[in-house]
Amino acid sequence: MIRPQDDIHNATAAADVEEPSSAVLAAPSAVVWKPLNWAKSNLFDSVPNAIMTLLAVLLLWEVVPPLLSWGVFNATWFSADGTAAACRDGTGACWALMGEKNRLMLFGVYPYDQHWRPALATALVIAMLATSALRRFWVPALAYAWLGVVLVVAWLMWGGILGLRYVETPQWGGLPLTLGLALLGIVLAFPLSIVLALGRRSNLPAIRAVCTGYIELVRGVPLVSVLFMASVMFPLFLPEGVTIDKLLRALVGMTLFTAAYLAEAVRGGLQAIPRGQEEAADALGLPYWRKMRLIVLPQALRLVIPPIVNQFISCFKDTSLVTIVGLYDLLAATKASLADPDWRPFFVEGYIAAALVYWVFCFSMSRYSQWLERELATGTRR
Amino acid sequence: MTDDAPVVELIDVQKWYGAFHVLKDVSLSVRKGEKVVVCGPSGSGKSTMIRCVNRLEEHQGGRIIVNGIELADDLKAIEAIRKDVGMVFQSFNLFPHLTVLENLTLAPLWVKHVPKAEAEDLAMQLLQRVRIPDQAKKFPGQLSGGQQQRVAIARALAMKPSIMLFDEPTSALDPEMVKEVLDVMIELAGEGMTMICVTHEMGFARAVADTMVFMAEGRVIETSPPEQFFSDPKSERTRQFLGQIIGH
Ligand SMILES: Nc1ncnc2c1ncn2[C@@H]1O[C@H](COP(=O)(O)OP(=O)(O)OP(=O)(O)O)[C@@H](O)[C@H]1O
Ligand SMILES: [Mg+2]
Repeated sequence: MIRPQDDIHNATAAADVEEPSSAVLAAPSAVVWKPLNWAKSNLFDSVPNAIMTLLAVLLLWEVVPPLLSWGVFNATWFSADGTAAACRDGTGACWALMGEKNRLMLFGVYPYDQHWRPALATALVIAMLATSALRRFWVPALAYAWLGVVLVVAWLMWGGILGLRYVETPQWGGLPLTLGLALLGIVLAFPLSIVLALGRRSNLPAIRAVCTGYIELVRGVPLVSVLFMASVMFPLFLPEGVTIDKLLRALVGMTLFTAAYLAEAVRGGLQAIPRGQEEAADALGLPYWRKMRLIVLPQALRLVIPPIVNQFISCFKDTSLVTIVGLYDLLAATKASLADPDWRPFFVEGYIAAALVYWVFCFSMSRYSQWLERELATGTRR
Repeated sequence: MTDDAPVVELIDVQKWYGAFHVLKDVSLSVRKGEKVVVCGPSGSGKSTMIRCVNRLEEHQGGRIIVNGIELADDLKAIEAIRKDVGMVFQSFNLFPHLTVLENLTLAPLWVKHVPKAEAEDLAMQLLQRVRIPDQAKKFPGQLSGGQQQRVAIARALAMKPSIMLFDEPTSALDPEMVKEVLDVMIELAGEGMTMICVTHEMGFARAVADTMVFMAEGRVIETSPPEQFFSDPKSERTRQFLGQIIGH
């Protein structure tokens, strides 16, 4: 009975000595309204903080209402006659642009009457991605489903057989191009990056030198120059008459570039695995690749999900650079759709829409990676 | 019980870490079914020596012959030897991302290509033997140190090795868990397993050792039967060491 009281006395005494003023302020008075209490202790707990709070409120007051009136209350949502006349009369944003130009933005220069094909292809891929994200679908059949979807998507995009008109790759554009480049770039770069990361830690000096050299070389140049090399320089070395698809060249450039960065993320994971893990696998007689696949990589990759997804997000956004080699990705297609002089004044709305599409994809990746990290960590916490 | 042909033989083994001479003229001969206990002060090269036997470390001079195969750069020979030589580490080194059962079936499945059902049967038998059959579905991180080390022993046994190496299997354990691991090892010894064991558990050594080896500064100072080793060691260095670890 005496002990707890002593403790309370000690605690109060200690608090009094350390911060006498705040102890008075924070003294709980049961009648005070809760949010007010919260504001007092978080927003106005010191003079500088109070000033910052007031400034922030002022800033929001200046920014939010005008933004709302531009973007929502005074915005023009529809255009009855298909021209920008209504927008020019209004004072707010011109979302009618989206109604008129969405197909150009989303599908670029793909033949207009065939837009249902890239639309269907994109929907299929997004549906597959959403399915694959769920753990309960991680079964071998998923691989076959993907194979089927890839074939169907290729047929939809190219056509040329089974009644679909042939559409060559320079005519592809918009979201399908962005999504396809990013997805294929990531899928191809990932295994390559693992090989590079393992190679950089190899005991064989030649392999180590090649992998290190590659990673450092690629990381030392901007993606734009890699794409430029792939599309302009590379064909110079090809024999006369041989041409390689421009899209393929851009894809190879993206892949090689992404792989170098991913490799460093993967290497970080490899370095975090205790040596004892490899030794235990060696002692059991597991050959190198099986040891890596079953013991080292599953642990290493789990650790570096955040930087890996970071790289995926970068790759997704970097696809917008393929415009410099003449491909119409989502951003370039948006820009092209604004070439119409009638709508050109409303380019801001166009870019906001494109940014929103990028954001939706990147944010999904980010959230998914957080979920995946938690999901894979269950049961294995050391 | 014991056969005369050595199953593990080290002849004048030399090893350097850079300029540091870790193993100097180390020779050791282990017959089938023999239990060798290695002791010596910290840094004397015990771990290095035992790790050379399954080539976790490479030796630079002398010869190491295991089951009649000489250890050299031949990867296939090394893998063949590792299949037949189990190892238990001081820090367990279980695979934390796999369940206990998966830890035990991994090598049989992927090295020996045993059918899955058979591998799991064997794993359950082994878990029974190390007295933790009810932990099969757990992850290593959910077990106590003593349980983890017993899983590690079972994992090594799952490859049905003819030789077992132990590198201070109990020195990372809390005192109350040491016995449960030693009991498993004593049982294993009783079944005729060939064992090379680095440990400072002298009670265990007295109980199972056929041969005691004392190492210091990278050399084998003394090799003798336990009766002589504990009561009348040949070298002064051994006497000192025993005085230190048994004395208190
Ligand atoms: N990878 C390494 N590089 C350099 N020196 C090393 C390495 N591993 C061990 N050594 C050194 O070699 C010597 C022998 O080490 P070893 O681990 O074999 O000793 P030990 O007898 O097992 O000691 P302990 O009882 O502390 O485990 C030590 O001096 C150690 O510092
Ligand atoms: Mg040691």
